[in-house]
Amino acid sequence: MVDVRSGIGEAVPPAEVEDVELYHPHSWWTRYVFSQDAKVIAIQYAMTAIAIGMVALVLSWLMRLQLGFPDTFTFIDAERYYQFITMHGMIMVIYLLTALFLGGFGNYLIPLMVGARDMVFPYANMLSYWIYLVAVLVLVASFFAPGGPTGAGWTLYPPQAILSNTPGGKDWGIILMLSSLIIFIIGFTMGGLNYVVTVLQGRARGMTLMRMPLTVWGIVTATVMALLAFPALFVACVMMLFDRLLGTSFFMPAIAEMGEQLQYGGGSPILFQHLFWFFGHPEVYIVALPAFGIVSDLISTHARKNIFGYRMMVWAIVVIGGLSMVVWAHHMYVSGMNPYFGFFFATTTLIIAVPTAIKVYNWVLTLWRGNIHLTLPMLFALAFIVTFVNGGLTGLFLGNVVVDVPLSDTMFVVAHFHMVMGVAPILVIFGAIYHWYPKITGRMLNEALGQLHFWITFLGSYAIFFPMHYVGLVGVPRRYHDLGEAAFVPESVHSLNAFISVAALIVGAAQIVFLFNLVWSLRHGREAGGNPWRATTLEWQTPETPPPHGNWGKELPVVYRWAYDYSVPGAPEDFIPQNQPAPGRVSHEAAS
Amino acid sequence: MSAPLKPSSMETLPRPSGLAGLAADWASDQRAFKNVSWGKAMMWIFLLSDTFIFGCFLIAYMSARMSTTVPWPNPSEVFALEIGGVHVPLILIAIMTFVLISSSGTMAMAVNYGYRRDRRKTAALMLITALFGATFVGMQAFEWSKLIAEGVRPWGNPWGAAQFGSTFFMITGFHGTHVTIGVIFLLIIARKVWRGDFDTERRGFFTSRKGHYEIVEITGLYWHFVDLVWVFIFAFFYLW
Repeated sequence: MVDVRSGIGEAVPPAEVEDVELYHPHSWWTRYVFSQDAKVIAIQYAMTAIAIGMVALVLSWLMRLQLGFPDTFTFIDAERYYQFITMHGMIMVIYLLTALFLGGFGNYLIPLMVGARDMVFPYANMLSYWIYLVAVLVLVASFFAPGGPTGAGWTLYPPQAILSNTPGGKDWGIILMLSSLIIFIIGFTMGGLNYVVTVLQGRARGMTLMRMPLTVWGIVTATVMALLAFPALFVACVMMLFDRLLGTSFFMPAIAEMGEQLQYGGGSPILFQHLFWFFGHPEVYIVALPAFGIVSDLISTHARKNIFGYRMMVWAIVVIGGLSMVVWAHHMYVSGMNPYFGFFFATTTLIIAVPTAIKVYNWVLTLWRGNIHLTLPMLFALAFIVTFVNGGLTGLFLGNVVVDVPLSDTMFVVAHFHMVMGVAPILVIFGAIYHWYPKITGRMLNEALGQLHFWITFLGSYAIFFPMHYVGLVGVPRRYHDLGEAAFVPESVHSLNAFISVAALIVGAAQIVFLFNLVWSLRHGREAGGNPWRATTLEWQTPETPPPHGNWGKELPVVYRWAYDYSVPGAPEDFIPQNQPAPGRVSHEAAS
Repeated sequence: MSAPLKPSSMETLPRPSGLAGLAADWASDQRAFKNVSWGKAMMWIFLLSDTFIFGCFLIAYMSARMSTTVPWPNPSEVFALEIGGVHVPLILIAIMTFVLISSSGTMAMAVNYGYRRDRRKTAALMLITALFGATFVGMQAFEWSKLIAEGVRPWGNPWGAAQFGSTFFMITGFHGTHVTIGVIFLLIIARKVWRGDFDTERRGFFTSRKGHYEIVEITGLYWHFVDLVWVFIFAFFYLW
């Protein structure tokens, strides 16, 4: 191949690796079902995640019905309520958010954005999805198992998780939950290794690390964290499974149940908490970092401005990823720990606010005097910034030991993490789907339906979670099936609970509009063309839309510039694609 | 897949040396680790992840052992054997460790012969490595059955803390599973080497990709890792 020059003295290095040979599917089955194409795998991941996410959404409805209108729905008894809580939390955090961000967006965007033909090991990538599907099916099976799913709370704390009075504790529920998690981790590892190696070793010519879109940075950092954090959950699941099935006492202290001494003794429930949160806290950022990355690209593209402080954005992502591995015990302030540990973990927790604030400032400064197009992806991105700041501020309350102790296990915590880890990343997911749907299908999503969906979801989720902070400050505990006649709960809390429940029902129902839009636009959406948002990143420069297997046709793209050449002075258009050589001048990136 | 490198293309661009070179390589296009193939990079990252699994197992074991209020059984007594009337502490574990470390030696030789494209010697050395591995697993099975016969169970044992049995079976079991998987992979790759798959560029059954002799080294990475993990288990479980 000849060397391609781009401006004065700036050469794109020649290819170091031969172009890959792709597996060519011969039948419908290997093309669409057992496909090794990362884009098909991404859609499979996304559809499975959204399907199981709808189950979790319905569960949240049922919980809200009970909280808002106690004693009305007799089929929601205390046991079922706990099962709903547990399954809602676990599904949303792991089977929806993790799978959708990494398995869905990771698979679709990484190869396209770094200019690769596919993931480096397509076969392992395919296995990753099918193992994930098995994990989901095992999870769903627990709904139909004798005794129902586990009701241990999504954190599955022992000893109660495997005692007989916890729903599913002595039946199939907890066994299926732990098995499903183990299977999920195995499947995720196969995909995760692929994402990391593809980004590190499979990029296009000219695609340096510091030219990658922030989406890729976010996803790959989250994947590295997941590869290091999921092992702790894996170990915790294996050990609890042994406690339940073999009668070991890893997590089980000497304990009496119903006046009867159990065969356990000498185990440490706190050990489980450490293992769980060593996974659990990075998990927050495993979900948040891809959202950070994606939202950076959405803002830059739809404000027609380069992202402010690209290098700082990259380092902030990396620093957040590193710090989040050493903050886990802030979930355990009330479990009891050495005060110096509490001090240490409170400090690291609050330090994370620094790189996070850098990111927020940089998003706002990107918007500053930008040419803001209030498109649907932009609306969702703006909604994300507001929501994330709100959720982050309450995080400062909970990160301090003294403030956390009275707020611990109240609805304040529920409101906090739903804002920061529930609503905020989901808003990004919606924005990202509105943004990339034209690339995936070749058609735009319907704008009117999208606006309806956005406003109901955005305002509605504030109607749900803002009052919940107040309910928590009053002292209403979370995970209570029924508040009963508690004297400290004022009447206003009950009215608010009813209001929150109605809002939750409306927001949930609005998602049907979104799903309808996804299906309807497949046929009837406006033709999008290859690059409807006039974006710079490589996935919009594919020769065909939607991109075929192998993405790039005959020639792999060559990258000459960073991902954010928007509104470059003197350029004929307000964006310059990454694969466009500079016309005889040093590129903008070198100047900045 | 491990695409062959083009050494000529590497020489066209001068790269800075030292720390600056490291940074330049990391940030450069196409590949962060020059001269590292996809397969090898993937195995290294997998091993990093696996390190965390074994790390969590060992830390869980250590915290259980440190916090237990009942006495912990003395490993050198528990794992002692009577050989010809002589009481030898830890002898079986010593032999197992010796066997496993020897297998790392034969594995390293197999890698060397693999890159020389010496099919027979490579396959033979991999088979020897697999044999050592199988011997190790066999001795572990003997150790397990001996302990079970003496009354050690996951939920208790005659000598002290119940966590002794549970951590023992869990950690050695998980490590033994790794060794077993390694033996199976060694046999599969040895068969491919023997058949000359990497000379004829025969395509993989599942992946339909061409194999390379590098897969011997990648299998070797895994094998040395399993060996290294055993050293830690030996130090923390048996010698402590």
